Amino acid sequence: MKKDTIGEPLSRVDGRLKVTGGAKYSGEYKFPGLTYAVLVPATIVNGTVTAVDIKAAKYAPGVLAVITPFNAEKVPGYQPDAKKPVKGLKLFNDNQVHFNGQPIALVIADTFERATYAATLVKATYQVQPFETDFRKNIDKGVTPNAGKYKDYVRGEADAYKNAQVKIEQEYIQPSEMHNPMELHVTTAYWEGDNKVTVYTKSQGVMSSQRAIAAAFNLEPQNVLINARFVGGAFGSSLRTWPHEIAAVQAAKFVKHPVKLTLTREQMFTLVGYRPLTIQKIGLGATADGKLTGITHESHSQTAVYEEFTENAVNVSRFLYQSPNVNTRYKVVPLHIGVPAPMRGPGESTGAYALESALDELSYALNIDPIELRLRNYADIDQERNLPWSSKHLKECYQLGADRIGWANRSPKPGTIKDGDWLVGYGIGCGAFGAYRGHAEAKLKLMADGSINIQSATTDIGPGTNTAMIVIAADVLGMPAEKITFDLGNSSLPPAPTQGGSSTVSSVGSAVHDVCVALRQKLYTLQGKPRDSMDEIDYAAVIKEQNLPYLEISVGSESGDNAKNYSMYSFSAHFAKVYVHPLTGVVKIKNLIAVVDAGKIVNQKTAASQMKGGAVGGIGMAMTEEAIIDNRFGRYINGNFADYHVPVNADIPQIEAVFINKPDPVINPVGTKGIGEISLIGVAPAIANAVFNATGIRVRDLPITPDKLLS
Amino acid sequence: MPEKETPGVPENENILSGTRRDFLKQSGFLTAVALTPIGIVKAAESHLDEKVAAFFEKMPLKMEVNGVSHQLSVEPRSTLLEVLREQLDLTGTKKGCDRGQCGACTVHVNGKRVNSCLSLAITNNNKTITTIEGLADGDELHPMQQAFIDHDGFQCGYCTSGQIMSAVACIHEGHAGSETEIREFMSGNICRCGAYPNIVNAIQEVSKGGNKA
Ligand code: FES
Ligand code: FES
Repeated sequence: MKKDTIGEPLSRVDGRLKVTGGAKYSGEYKFPGLTYAVLVPATIVNGTVTAVDIKAAKYAPGVLAVITPFNAEKVPGYQPDAKKPVKGLKLFNDNQVHFNGQPIALVIADTFERATYAATLVKATYQVQPFETDFRKNIDKGVTPNAGKYKDYVRGEADAYKNAQVKIEQEYIQPSEMHNPMELHVTTAYWEGDNKVTVYTKSQGVMSSQRAIAAAFNLEPQNVLINARFVGGAFGSSLRTWPHEIAAVQAAKFVKHPVKLTLTREQMFTLVGYRPLTIQKIGLGATADGKLTGITHESHSQTAVYEEFTENAVNVSRFLYQSPNVNTRYKVVPLHIGVPAPMRGPGESTGAYALESALDELSYALNIDPIELRLRNYADIDQERNLPWSSKHLKECYQLGADRIGWANRSPKPGTIKDGDWLVGYGIGCGAFGAYRGHAEAKLKLMADGSINIQSATTDIGPGTNTAMIVIAADVLGMPAEKITFDLGNSSLPPAPTQGGSSTVSSVGSAVHDVCVALRQKLYTLQGKPRDSMDEIDYAAVIKEQNLPYLEISVGSESGDNAKNYSMYSFSAHFAKVYVHPLTGVVKIKNLIAVVDAGKIVNQKTAASQMKGGAVGGIGMAMTEEAIIDNRFGRYINGNFADYHVPVNADIPQIEAVFINKPDPVINPVGTKGIGEISLIGVAPAIANAVFNATGIRVRDLPITPDKLLS
Repeated sequence: MPEKETPGVPENENILSGTRRDFLKQSGFLTAVALTPIGIVKAAESHLDEKVAAFFEKMPLKMEVNGVSHQLSVEPRSTLLEVLREQLDLTGTKKGCDRGQCGACTVHVNGKRVNSCLSLAITNNNKTITTIEGLADGDELHPMQQAFIDHDGFQCGYCTSGQIMSAVACIHEGHAGSETEIREFMSGNICRCGAYPNIVNAIQEVSKGGNKA
């Protein structure tokens, strides 16, 4: 019987490259004649560029070209007659400005310094139009998005909470939050002739980047080669191909040189999306013994005037708890700002912050323990879709988390536990995120020496995809992980979905699983054994005995029909213990426990890190992060790391990740449900609820900065 | 929209083969034609002026990087980070902000940790620089590098070079006495993937192990 490798902790297979500086990210490849491109941002918020004076810039030392709306060669995919029109902002295609910081010129020079300097010489004149960036002021202009799943939802009776014995009605604010991966967004492109381009870019999906760039330049997809071997974090900011990426490709074509375009940190606050500011109203109604009788969840979120962005900001309220009556409403408010993008745990984390906070408020109103309240309203089936769960172990999550955090020490009366000067509080916040599986392909090559190489065009933005794939392969093949290599991050590999929505291990892992099973079957057949034999295989020996130089095998893999009969989600319960200083309002997070039902865990070591990373993101959401627009000028005033506070080491306690680790029987052959999002969803309300438990102060607008605790 | 003007490339110029000076060509060009002898105009046309100016515009810089001595010629405005990454192709040192706010660019200058994006390259004349590429002893990883692998002190890896360089210095400085102290003295290095707890564990192991660090 083969050894069970899945779940064993394995150090990252690319760890050595990362600790020696050998891992090359998309802006780190050198090409002969490499040139550097720098964007020039608009200084107005709304209006038109009437002229761009590029004389000084174009004659500045080392400058090759200055691209503006007035001289740019047309990008075919931007034109109305395009076969597959590119959606969103079309940079340099017209002279409209929709938000502050939108690029109005691109300077290309032989060094970065020269391009940066020349960019300061570009002078634009504008015709200014009135603009709206003030969300509160424009909230009445919210519109219901077109897509069906964002339409108003009613189960039972709408606003039933209003007639309940006990009710909570509150507003919760999620501010704009910036992804801010550590790697600046960067694209390096070079053309060979007019029909073939190679692009090294910060991308979560090399296939989708390939499609987007092929569509933009009207090329055959196979003539667009995308590389994203290492990606320095993304968290959703690289799910799509951004206008500046297309501009880099456009520039490379124009100057006939390789072009590298790197955004500045400040530009990353305007050009690559963000978690939209969302104001949410929650109404909860319950019987005196804590049975929910109605849930109402209404949200308004930021979007751009030039493109509609939507996410599942209210959906969690439809299924997380059992309730006969639920209604949700979701509207987006178009403003003169850049378009948002899904940010880790996207709308679900925004929605869960509101729902889980309101539920906590209800627990105090009812005088029922928050965990007990969740148990009384436990959803045994998905009422939204009226389907059974493929698996759900949230009750165990409550139990394990409560034990680890010391829930028994929690006082039901806020502000009653002290440790020295500090007030102590405990909180819980839960979350759920859909478990997905897309079509993915994998190719396996068995070499003469018995080693294995597997390829799939997935990417790795940090979770350790290649390591996880090797664990899965080692498990199926019954061979040591060291004998297996896995290639990703290149569009010439067998197609795989974009890394997003916590689905990579489910999708690509299934393809890897299946290709390894296929290899075993093939080898058994060659040996004249039954396909499903469980005999140990000496891979090198078989290939020698069959007189083969190597053996190659490819599979495509996707969900069976059975999946449609189930509702599939990962679930999490986060527990926080906080200390709050009553005189200064300082909050210290003492302890954070993340308990997760995410099906089978492939690699305990990297999965635990991913959980901790999500928790750190959740701490940022709860405690420090808020991108602020000065509405007088329509521009961000904290577009840098000094003023926009992401958590630093001193903000972070030890964090414990606990896995239920039971395989999901439906979703895929390995039984994994995904952890990328669920690691963050529910963290912020756990902290906010703990802060309330410590102080009796309910902060309903994140982040929980000290001033909000000094009443 | 106004009429399409000629794209931004001046005619007959292959920019990469030489650089231009703007003092003759741009504002002063007509004046120059009027006032200068014909020889100078000719020199301007063949870009001699640019080559001369480009030469004087740059400064000599001698640095030892990872044990190798380099004699470089750099613009005064170039940062150490840019010279390492773009001239010496030492891309292990990362750019996360270029403003001294993230620590991704941390290197050792004469043994002390420095944000290389905040250091003009020419101020490092005759100094000794160590980057992440110079930390290991041949194939043998520095104990901090090994500890980062063992404790999974990274995910995407983009902040990692800076974290490791900072961590090594943190121990040298005597700032790794406790978990709290490590957190405080490692707070100039942002990790957006949130590997902080694992980074602290890695540093503690090296610090306690009395490794040469
Ligand atoms: S790149 Fe130097 S501190 Fe951020
Ligand atoms: S490992 Fe990704 S930013 Fe630190």
